[in-house]
Amino acid sequence: MLHIVVCIKQVPDSREIRIDPKTNTLIRQGVPAIVNFYDLHGLEEALRIKDEFGARVTVVSMGPPSADKALKQCVAMGADEGVLISDRAFAGADTLATSYVVALAIDKVGKEWGPVDIVFCGKQTLDGDTGQVGPGVACRLDFDQLTYVEKVEHLDDSKKEIIVHRHLEDGVERVKTKMPVLITALAELNKPRRAALPGVLKSVRYQPVVWTTNDFPDIDRAKIGLKGSPTIVGKTWVPEPKKVDTQMLTADSTDKLANELLDSLFGTELPAKLGWA
Amino acid sequence: MTVSHTSLRSGMGILAEERFDAIVVGAGPAGSAAAYTMATAGLKVALIERGEFPGAKNIFGGVLYRKQLEDLIPEWWKEAPLERAVIEQRMWILGKESAVTFSHRNERYKEPPNAWTGLRVKFDQWLASKAEKAGAVPIYETVVTELIRENGRVVGVRTDRDQGDLYGDLVVLADGVNSLLGKSLGVHKEWAPDEVSLAVKEVIALPKEKLQDRFNLEDNEGCTIEFIGDTFGMAGLGFMYTNQDTISLGVGVMVNDLKKKRIKPYEVLDAVKQHPSIRRMIQGGEVKEYSGHLIPEGGFTSMPPLSGDGWMICGDAAQMVNAVHREGTNLAVASGKMAGETAVLAHQRGDYSIKTLGEYDRNVKESFIHNDLKKYRGIHGLFKEMNSDTLFGNLPQALNDAAYEWLLVDGVFKKEKQKKAIRTLRNAAGGNIDLLRLGIKGWRAING
Ligand SMILES: Cc1cc2nc3c(=O)[nH]c(=O)nc-3n(C[C@H](O)[C@H](O)[C@H](O)COP(=O)(O)OP(=O)(O)OC[C@H]3O[C@@H](n4cnc5c(N)ncnc54)[C@H](O)[C@@H]3O)c2cc1C
Repeated sequence: MLHIVVCIKQVPDSREIRIDPKTNTLIRQGVPAIVNFYDLHGLEEALRIKDEFGARVTVVSMGPPSADKALKQCVAMGADEGVLISDRAFAGADTLATSYVVALAIDKVGKEWGPVDIVFCGKQTLDGDTGQVGPGVACRLDFDQLTYVEKVEHLDDSKKEIIVHRHLEDGVERVKTKMPVLITALAELNKPRRAALPGVLKSVRYQPVVWTTNDFPDIDRAKIGLKGSPTIVGKTWVPEPKKVDTQMLTADSTDKLANELLDSLFGTELPAKLGWA
Repeated sequence: MTVSHTSLRSGMGILAEERFDAIVVGAGPAGSAAAYTMATAGLKVALIERGEFPGAKNIFGGVLYRKQLEDLIPEWWKEAPLERAVIEQRMWILGKESAVTFSHRNERYKEPPNAWTGLRVKFDQWLASKAEKAGAVPIYETVVTELIRENGRVVGVRTDRDQGDLYGDLVVLADGVNSLLGKSLGVHKEWAPDEVSLAVKEVIALPKEKLQDRFNLEDNEGCTIEFIGDTFGMAGLGFMYTNQDTISLGVGVMVNDLKKKRIKPYEVLDAVKQHPSIRRMIQGGEVKEYSGHLIPEGGFTSMPPLSGDGWMICGDAAQMVNAVHREGTNLAVASGKMAGETAVLAHQRGDYSIKTLGEYDRNVKESFIHNDLKKYRGIHGLFKEMNSDTLFGNLPQALNDAAYEWLLVDGVFKKEKQKKAIRTLRNAAGGNIDLLRLGIKGWRAING
């Protein structure tokens, strides 16, 4: 049976985040925590594969003890197991230290519950926005990495082959590769499901597996937590809203208005850029 | 609509394999109290709530009372999230630019405390968490769409989730004032516009010190103000309650009056905020939240039967609100507790028919819920009969005018002043006989 690992992170709900006008920093207090939006697309794709081919889905998250709620949500949706990697020693990690620990955890997941065929990550997190953890994990596991995937076109569970569409700036790349593979998910990939009632009931009583540093005897303590995080935040600021020229169009009929709009658009470089002219 | 569960079993194949002793719909004060009572007694309970978490979208004034919840959870106030302990209650009768006020302040309200101001977002979450800790299984973000019935007996609920049917020996309906489920059972109809009022409320932030100074409070002390009058001659009641560093300000107006006068509830609130007595209290405050909700006003005469085969109904869903004393949450908690106790009895007997569940009806009848609502049963009729303009417009204004004359030192003989004051009131009521009649009717309405 296929074994799929989904990496998730609990993040503050960005729809409810406000910025302190005095200090220019995020007010995180009192903001509800949710599963990072892109990660849910990764989970959904894993669950679809499970529905079609049968698979074991293990969800992995590094975070504080309160992140068990996020793992329970994944179990409600259909994941088989949730693993919370939680230890004070992991706190303060940047993307380098996080990828190191998450890769170790996936390796251990493979040893506990069978070799891993696919790892799903979100494209990026809502709170960090770097998109570095997925590729970092792939390198450490020595898996092929397929970033920015918007579609899984084909999967052959016996040949362990997968064909996906990667969304690039200038087009779409169709790639075929062999498992094991790490995929980072875009929102276009699918629409995450709402948990069915039996899943909700199961998740209420479910307790995720918790791994601390003690569960990783060979861990290099210099590579984890704040100590293992060389990233330095030089400065943060709120970007000034960009000033753009606005042109208001008026006309007495919608037809005329539409024509005027087209005329003015064709007066710019846009059609050439888009290959229309 | 009803569905039989045998047909379902063959039709869909998969069902939630779990069965519960009791299913509670709605995690407001009534539902959580019922779930807590049953779970504590060892019943297997499901607590279903449509909100993202209990209280997420619930609002009230709000004042929470000690007594009924204390009967359920001793010293609950020591752990519950509360705002301020109410030591003073004021009543304002508003004229256009004036107010006649009454109030009672008493240090004895501190030990033991009588009531607190609170916010539902926090309170409901806390009370539901007590039920969860007692063992109730929380099923949130889930809407119960209908009751499942078999041979006229309620045997479970259908939810809006996939494979969403859930079966239990009995269902406690605590789904609030709109109670679609109560309607589906046919125990009550759609509330008439004179059986509900629509309330709108703002939470206004104010620095703590300023708030305490304005309301004459120290530390954790709180104050409530209710006001009538100046609501465009519609039957309505306003409220202004002190929280830690916010003020809850709102008005509730009878839906039939809103319809008749074609005034939007927020217009009433906006006008109220301009009243000189209120404007000063909220000056400089920042509106943090805005919300609206229905309040059951039918009282005694609108209460439906409270139980049947496989079901009991409590709280707002059963119109259990004492509008005269702005008590609702305590009636909800008390009825939830009684429903829960009856469920435990039914579980022991293995009888979920109305024979045992009817015990709940009987207990409510002996409690303060039935008796207090009965005392005020005439109010609904009084409002129906009387013109709201008279009761909530002319009379409050006349009282203010009379007070003005009475206290104005202008050399007019006091005897004359007294006559004039009485005349003002009489005219507002529509003449001598009408004033007398109103007095008698009013007395009867509040004395059962
Ligand atoms: C503006 C205002 C001021 C008030 N002031 C006070 C006050 O100061 N003091 C006081 O004691 N009372 C006050 N009340 C009344 C008090 O709020 C109610 O009496 C009390 O909340 C009733 O509790 P309940 O549990 O019956 O219903 P609710 O508190 O309404 O709870 C019902 C719950 O059921 C859920 N639900 C509904 N339908 C479904 C469904 N189909 N599936 C799943 N879940 C569902 C709802 O989301 C909700 O959480 C006030 C009310 C209002 C509107």
